Amino acid sequence: MTATVLTGVALGVGTFGFRFAGASLQSRITVSPRTQHVLAASSVVLLVALIATATALDGESFAGWARPAGVAVGGVLAWRKAPFVAVVLAAAGVAAGLRLLGVR
Amino acid sequence: MRSLWQTTLGRLGRTLTRDIALVCLADGIVGLSFGAIAVAAGLPIWLPMLLSVVVFAGASQFMFIALIAAGGNPLAALAAGLLVNARHLPFGLAVGAVLGSGLLRRIIGSHLMIDESVAFALSQTEPARRRAAYWACGSALFVCWNVGVMAGAFGGAAIKDTNAFGLDAAFPAVLLALMLPSLKDRAVRAAALVGAVLAVVLSPLLPAGLPVLLSLAALPLAMIGRFRAVPAETAPAGDDSVGARP
Repeated sequence: MTATVLTGVALGVGTFGFRFAGASLQSRITVSPRTQHVLAASSVVLLVALIATATALDGESFAGWARPAGVAVGGVLAWRKAPFVAVVLAAAGVAAGLRLLGVR
Repeated sequence: MRSLWQTTLGRLGRTLTRDIALVCLADGIVGLSFGAIAVAAGLPIWLPMLLSVVVFAGASQFMFIALIAAGGNPLAALAAGLLVNARHLPFGLAVGAVLGSGLLRRIIGSHLMIDESVAFALSQTEPARRRAAYWACGSALFVCWNVGVMAGAFGGAAIKDTNAFGLDAAFPAVLLALMLPSLKDRAVRAAALVGAVLAVVLSPLLPAGLPVLLSLAALPLAMIGRFRAVPAETAPAGDDSVGARP
């Protein structure tokens, strides 16, 4: 259990290291607007990749249809400028509803 | 501190405050399930709470306890968690300006850097609102996440299957809604789509975390049309709102 605690704390320290290193580097270098564009774009690319994997996959396998359907409905609502609350509730509601109907 | 809070809330406005509160509620419930799952897996009650305070990154925490509970090597669990969290380095490079100056602010602000706070920051164009959104989302989520995990750890069997509520669909939908303004830029959109396909296709083949990082291979696409940039196209000085450029 000691090893587990130590590695858990190490995960926290390492994660903080990533966060702090990125933020500190950012404040130390002066970046051109173009570089700033690339840096912002890199976060968008990472987050969209995260959205895609979190939508389609459970670990390494397909997550089933309920979740992507919910995300898709939420995405369309967001695109149609629906309120954020509606987006979140619709995404969760569609996924939960489909599962209730037996769709996995 | 209180006045800082009031200015922050004042800058956010009612809509953004409500949006952040909703995300906090959803993540709090996911935290509840994290605490419950960890304890149900036979791990000590304080372990999920410790992880939530010191790591504060949901996906890596779920992965860490799953590997530990399955009898995996703690070092392997550490490596997997670090790989999943490596995306925070580019996050810091992109939104580091919202942390402000001063070592304490930067330390606290860095710890509050999570997918949601970064996404909320990127969804705002005006620097002051961007800063307010980041800090409000990060600190409120820190509280909700930890309270949720604690309640789940003590409540035990409360909610283990958040999928039944569709919360697994809410998380990507939240991020997607926040990313839409940034995706108006055609080049960024192309890069993001190619990166997303890359990450999904590579996921069955590579350790968790790595596919998302490798989506950055599509980043050069975001530069299309910018090498020939005419002066009029470059951002005005002091503009740190590039991510949400229309």
